[in-house]
Amino acid sequence: MAGIIGYGAYIPRNRIRVEEIAKVWGADAPSFKKGLMLEEKSVPSPDQDTITMAVEGSKRALKRAGIDPREIGAVYVGSESHPYAVKPSGTVLAEAIGATPDVHTADLEFACKAGTEGMFIALNLVRSGAVKYALAVGADTSQGAPGDALEYSAAAGAAAFIFGAERLVAEVLETYSYTTDMPDFWRREYQYYPQHGGRFTGDPAYFAHVTGAARGIMARAGMKPSDFRYVVFHQPNGKFPLRVGEMLGFTKAQIEPGWLVKKLGNTYSGSSPLGLTATLDVAAAGDKILLVSYGSGAGSDAFVIRVTERIDEVRDLAPRTRTLLDSNKVYLEYGVYAKYRRKIRKAE
Amino acid sequence: MRDVAIIGVGMTKWGELWEKSLRTIFTETALLAIADAGVDKIDSMVVGCMSSGLFVGQEHLASLLADELGRTPVPAARVESACSSGGLALRQGFIEVASGMSDVVLVGGVEKMTDVTGCEATYALGTAADQEYEGYHGLTFPGLYAMMAVAHMHRYGTTREQLAMVAVKNHDNGSRNPLAQFPFKITVDGVLNSVLVADPLRILDCSPITDGAAAVVLCPADMARKLKKPVVRIAGSGQATDTIALASRKDLTWLESTHIAAGKALAMAGRKVDEIDLFEVHDCFTIAEIMVTEALGLVEKGRGGKAVEEGLTGRDGRFPVNPSGGLKAKGHPVGATGVAQAVEVAKQLRGEAGDRQIKGARRGLTQNMGGTGGSSVVHVFEAE
Amino acid sequence: MPTPSRYWREIPQRYRMEAGKCKACGFIAFPPRVVCPACGAREFVPAKLAAGGKILTYTIIRVPPQPFEDQAPYAVGIAELDDGVKLTAQVVDCDFADLKVGLRVRLEFRKLSEEGEAGIIYYGYKFVPE
Repeated sequence: MAGIIGYGAYIPRNRIRVEEIAKVWGADAPSFKKGLMLEEKSVPSPDQDTITMAVEGSKRALKRAGIDPREIGAVYVGSESHPYAVKPSGTVLAEAIGATPDVHTADLEFACKAGTEGMFIALNLVRSGAVKYALAVGADTSQGAPGDALEYSAAAGAAAFIFGAERLVAEVLETYSYTTDMPDFWRREYQYYPQHGGRFTGDPAYFAHVTGAARGIMARAGMKPSDFRYVVFHQPNGKFPLRVGEMLGFTKAQIEPGWLVKKLGNTYSGSSPLGLTATLDVAAAGDKILLVSYGSGAGSDAFVIRVTERIDEVRDLAPRTRTLLDSNKVYLEYGVYAKYRRKIRKAE
Repeated sequence: MRDVAIIGVGMTKWGELWEKSLRTIFTETALLAIADAGVDKIDSMVVGCMSSGLFVGQEHLASLLADELGRTPVPAARVESACSSGGLALRQGFIEVASGMSDVVLVGGVEKMTDVTGCEATYALGTAADQEYEGYHGLTFPGLYAMMAVAHMHRYGTTREQLAMVAVKNHDNGSRNPLAQFPFKITVDGVLNSVLVADPLRILDCSPITDGAAAVVLCPADMARKLKKPVVRIAGSGQATDTIALASRKDLTWLESTHIAAGKALAMAGRKVDEIDLFEVHDCFTIAEIMVTEALGLVEKGRGGKAVEEGLTGRDGRFPVNPSGGLKAKGHPVGATGVAQAVEVAKQLRGEAGDRQIKGARRGLTQNMGGTGGSSVVHVFEAE
Repeated sequence: MPTPSRYWREIPQRYRMEAGKCKACGFIAFPPRVVCPACGAREFVPAKLAAGGKILTYTIIRVPPQPFEDQAPYAVGIAELDDGVKLTAQVVDCDFADLKVGLRVRLEFRKLSEEGEAGIIYYGYKFVPE
C-alpha cells in the first residue's frame, strides 16, 4: 500500500489575458478564446522559475504531510524548463527543504508529463520499500514562441506530492503508462522556443495517448468511468480535456474541479498535477480519482487514486489551488510580459 | 603625547577629471600641501583611499604614490574604512606625530571614480555594505540611506522638504567654493523634482561620483610654532565602529559610531560640542547630515530635520555645518573626503576661507563616516 | 555577485534560514557567527528563523547595481521577524503603494539574480506580504 501523504500547489500571481496577446499580433481574440476555451494564463515574475515554485509547492506538501524532511529518501523534479541545462533542479529543491544529504535526486523531462513521471517513480520507490518517503514535483515556466498559438496558453505553476506508505491522504491503487515515439512537439538543444506539428498534436498525439492510457488502466483495474468521482486530464487548452472526457464517457461534472486551464493556462509539467491538487482540495473520503497526464513525444501516465479520511485533516494546512488561482492576481500588459519572459532582445 | 598641528593644506578642483589619473591627482594635491607647509623632509605618508583596486585596478597604492611624489624610501601606508578612509588617514598621521614616532607626516586622501561605469562605481561603493546579506539582495548605498530616512521620517516626522533643505544649504555654501564640483545654488523645488534614486531619496539628495584628492601636512605643534606658521592644532581624535549591516543596528535612526567617536574626540580636546564654531560632516545623503547633527549633540534626537529648517546649521546659524559645501556640492571622492574636511577647517581657522569664512572661527570639528555608520572618525581642531 | 564557492557556503542560510543561538545569552545570530555580538560567548546551537514578521523600513531601488539592472524598480526592506531577528531582503508581490512600516510579511524562496546568461543562478529569500 502506498500513496500521497501530502500535496502542495504554487501558482504565480501575474496573469495576462488572451485579448492582450491577440492585440499585439493582430489576432482575433474571441476566436482564440472560444477555440482554446482559454481566457488568461499565469506568468512567472522574473524572480520565479521552476526551482523556486517547486520549493514553495514542496513546502506546502510538507505542511500537509507533517513529516521530517530528513526522512525523504528521493526527490524528483519534472519540467521542460529546468533553469540549468546541466545542474539539477532537484538538488536545489532537496537542499531548500532540508532533505540533503541522505537523498536520491534526479531531474526528469518528458514535455508536459515530466511531473507525473516523477510521481510514478516516487510511488514505486515507496512501494518497493527502497525509501520511506519520496517527493515528486511537476513544475514549469514554459515559453510559447511570440505570435504562435502556444503563446496564449504557455503558463507557469508547480504541484508537489509526497509519497509514503502510512497515513495516506490518497492511496494509489493502479498505475499504467502508454508510450510511443511521436514528433508532435519538440525543442532542439540551444533553441529558445519549441516547435510543434499544428493539428497533428491533436488526434494522433494527445487524444490517442490519453485514451490509450485511460482505457488501459481501466481495463487493468476492472473499472469504468462511472466508478470514478473525478477525472483529471492534461490540459493544454480548455477544449482537449473536455473532448477526451466525452470520448471516454466521463461527465463534465467529473472533470470540473480539476479543470483549471481556462484561467491558468497550460502549466506543462504542472498541468495535470495541479488539476489533481485542485481535485484533492474538494474530494471526500472514498472518492476515486483518475489522473491521466500527457507529454508530447509522446506518452501518458495514468493513476487510479482513492482518497482517504485524512483529506479532511490536511486539506487546509496549506492554501487551496483555487485560492491561489483566483486571488491576489495582477494583470500584465504585453510589453511587461515580454520583458518578464525575456522575449526582448537586449544588448550583450 | 605631543601636540600635533596642521602646517600645510592642499586641494585641487574636484569633478570628473577625465584627463587626470589617480596618480596625477594625488601628486599635484600633495605638492600643494607640502609647498604650503614649507617643509623639505617628510618622515612618513599615510594615504586614505577606499578602493583604488576596484576603481582603477591598483593596489599597493601608498608605495606607488610615494614613488610618484619622488619621496621613496619614505614609509607609506594606505588605510581604508570605506568612506571614512580619509578621516582614518588623518587619525593615523596624528597618532604617528603625537606618539613621537614621526615629526612630519603627509596625510593624503584620493579617489578616482570615473574610470569605471556608473554601475561599476555603484558596485564598488556597495562593498562598504554587507556583501552577503545586503549587497546580495540588491541593496545600494542610496537604498540603505533611504531606509534610514524612511525610519527617521516615520519615527520623528522628518519631512521630505527638510531633507531637501540640507542639499540647498550645502549648495549655497558650495557656490562660494571655487574648488567644489558643483559650485552653484539649487532650490528645494529642484530637489523635490529631481529623479528618484531610492525612494524617498532623489538624485539631488545624493553626493556625486567625483575624482579628487586633498592633503595636509602634520608636525608637532612646537615645530609649527618655531616655523612661525599659523598653528591649527588637532586637539582631539576619536574613532568608533558599529555593525556593518544596517539591519543589525540597534536603532535604525541613530548613528552610534558618530556619537561615540565625537565623544572621544571632544573629551581629548577638553571641549563641549557647543564650543565648536563650525562643522564639516559626512552628508553622503541629505538624511545623513540630519542624523549626524543629532549624533553630535547639536540638536536633540529626532530634531535634526527641524534644525535645518530653522537655520540652526546655516552659515549664519548657531552651528554652521558644511561651510565648504559638504559632500553634496563639493563632491565625494571617497577616500579624499575626510582629508578635505580637515583642509576646510584649517583654512577657516586660519581665516583663509574667503567668501565662506565663518567669522571668528577658533574651533572646528570634522566627522567622516564609512558605510551606513559602520565606522566614524571625528577630529577637533583649534586655532592658537 | 558571489563566486560559486562564496554562494555555496551561504546555502544553509539562503535556502533554510539556518541561524545560531548563543548558548549563554540566547542572542540569535543570522548568519551564524564565531563570537556572540551580544555577550562575547563562543558557543551556539542551531536555530531556524521565524517564518514571518513586520517591516521596519523599506525603500524602492530605482537605480540598481549591476546584476539587478533589469529588475528595477524593486522594493527592499528590513523586517523584524517574530523571533526578534532583523533581516534585509527584497519585498515582492506587493504594489509599491501598499508598502508601509508595520506591513506583515513572510519569507518566500525566490531567485535573486544570475551571473549573466551563462553563469550560476543565485537563489535565496524575499519578503512577500502575508
